[in-house]
Amino acid sequence: MSAEGFSAWGRLGWPPAAEILRLPSRSAPLPATAGTLLPYGNGRSYGDVCLNPGGALLAMRGLDRFIAFDADTGVLVCEAGALLADILDVCVPRGWFLPVTPGTRHVTVGGAIANDVHGKNHHAAGSFGAHLRAFELLRSDGSRRRCAPDENPAWFAATVGGLGLTGVVTWAELQLRRIAGNAVAVRNTRFTGLDAFFALNAEAERQHEYAVAWIDCLAKTPRGVLIAGDHAATDLPAPRGERNLPLTPPFSLINETSLRAFNAVYYGKPWPARETVHHRPYFYPLDAVGRWNRLYGPRGFYQYQSAVPPAAAAAATAEMLAAIAESGQGSFLAVLKNFGERPSPGLLSFPMAGTTLALDFPNRGAATLSLFERLDAIVLAAGGRLYPAKDARMPAATFRAGYPRLAEFSSFVDPKLSSGFWRRVMEQN
Amino acid sequence: MQKILIVGATSAIAEAAARRWAARGAALFLVGRRAAALDAMAADLRVRGAANVGTRVMDATDLGAHAAALQEAVAALGGLDVALIAHGTLPDQKACEASVELTLREIDSNGLSVIALATRLANLLEAQGHGTLAVIGSVAGDRGRQSNYVYGAAKGMVARFLEGLRNRLAKQGVRVLTIKPGFVDTPMTAALPKGALWAQPADVARGIVAAVDRNKDVVYLPGFWRAIMLVVRHIPESVFKRLSL
Repeated sequence: MSAEGFSAWGRLGWPPAAEILRLPSRSAPLPATAGTLLPYGNGRSYGDVCLNPGGALLAMRGLDRFIAFDADTGVLVCEAGALLADILDVCVPRGWFLPVTPGTRHVTVGGAIANDVHGKNHHAAGSFGAHLRAFELLRSDGSRRRCAPDENPAWFAATVGGLGLTGVVTWAELQLRRIAGNAVAVRNTRFTGLDAFFALNAEAERQHEYAVAWIDCLAKTPRGVLIAGDHAATDLPAPRGERNLPLTPPFSLINETSLRAFNAVYYGKPWPARETVHHRPYFYPLDAVGRWNRLYGPRGFYQYQSAVPPAAAAAATAEMLAAIAESGQGSFLAVLKNFGERPSPGLLSFPMAGTTLALDFPNRGAATLSLFERLDAIVLAAGGRLYPAKDARMPAATFRAGYPRLAEFSSFVDPKLSSGFWRRVMEQN
Repeated sequence: MQKILIVGATSAIAEAAARRWAARGAALFLVGRRAAALDAMAADLRVRGAANVGTRVMDATDLGAHAAALQEAVAALGGLDVALIAHGTLPDQKACEASVELTLREIDSNGLSVIALATRLANLLEAQGHGTLAVIGSVAGDRGRQSNYVYGAAKGMVARFLEGLRNRLAKQGVRVLTIKPGFVDTPMTAALPKGALWAQPADVARGIVAAVDRNKDVVYLPGFWRAIMLVVRHIPESVFKRLSL
């Protein structure tokens, strides 16, 4: 099987895997390989956390069967290669929704566990792992463990957010969330200045299950729109299907001029104070354009996502936005959100109480990397961390500083498993 | 509610088609060689919305087992609206050239066993006066080529047999659908290098379900293969025999 197509979302041109392997069924043993192995889901991680350059990838998408679903209790069991989109297709019409969903539904359940993903309801619901009832972990020594919060709890904590390094998750059992319709009631509020964001957001978090802000990161005074929402007892027709971006333009279509124009138009467009929309445009606006990552041209792009604790959140966020505005680099979908207090279950889970900021940057080589160094310094001084699922460049020291339970985690890493990210941050290259 | 029998149910294309039928609330009966795979697939289809799912383990080349399996399927489903024959193997052409036994075994699994099943199913559908017999053939059956003519011969035999069945059963209200997929990225073709012409099983399955709905006779999937094979079929043999295809 060819390694073509087994890439990461940022398209930064990593060397390919030497070998692509498959699991014929969830009860099959891990295939033999000379070097290291990494389970690969749907390739929606931005950087090398889902890649194993020179080693083998274990393609998990083939393991996408449902195992059981109880429409009375909302407990769903499925194989790890199933997409969140598959779950929504089956469960939404029966009145159930994902307890936590990231900004794309094209991720596998295994990937959602390995990165302990979060969503717009983190302040209310915590991370994906907080709703995992159990999963099976298959290790290269052939052992299989059922892991749950109260069964093999150490393995559970290491594997949730464990970047696919503790073993291969073959199936998982999730607790879904009841809904009375497929729509979301949305409240949009424009704001200018970070103080206004923090005040509005605090109020929105008390009143709404979902809250997230889009910000114009190039404006002198940060401005944006706070988008809050709740599931509504309404059924709306699904919007039309996805259209793929058909080709990669020869250069990035995202540059300072196009960004300023986009941000001005996006901020200025009519934002109804209240609207009710199908859940898909609310949770997955970017999924409407398949392969939108091609917008950034052949050199690809970075995403920078940080989290900083509450005490330092306002100052550090302001400082980061100022540094980005000054650099003239930045993204058309910059996202600001507060994480709640509910602890993430994983030793390496990214979400921590505080504020998270996520931005895309076209790859402009040294200019982009030196901006990231400035941002790293701000995040570390604030006691924060970066998100491995989005990362393609964080230095080892930044990773160590952000993840104090790293040493504890390392003892659970399967000796046959590794990734480009892991070798980079552990300086094993 | 459609009542659907699938032979070779755990093949990638058949499973993808079964998922589409399950989502519409069909009743399904799955026949395949591996019990564990059938059970896992049945559980999946139930979650996806299938009204009920039955299974039976059978090797399609075991011709003596066919009658009882079909009887069990009709009993479990409470009738039969659609039968999809999807089993098959991809022969190693070079190995076949060196072995008469292997060649005949491949002709059996891709050709004779299909004809045996189609014969029984045709009689069953004819007796009840309605229903669709759908069979997965291949574009390889449209012309013999040096790279896979054993497979092509078996698939070509099936296509010709189905032409005759279609002609016989058209007046009885029974539909016969010949499905000719091109290159499909499945476990059966895992060892082959992939290019731009390759399709995903889910795309081919969408075409199969639509072709059954629309009472088609012959479909190429994806559709562009109809044009490709039109050209391939019309190259004069004097030229064709010199090509490396």
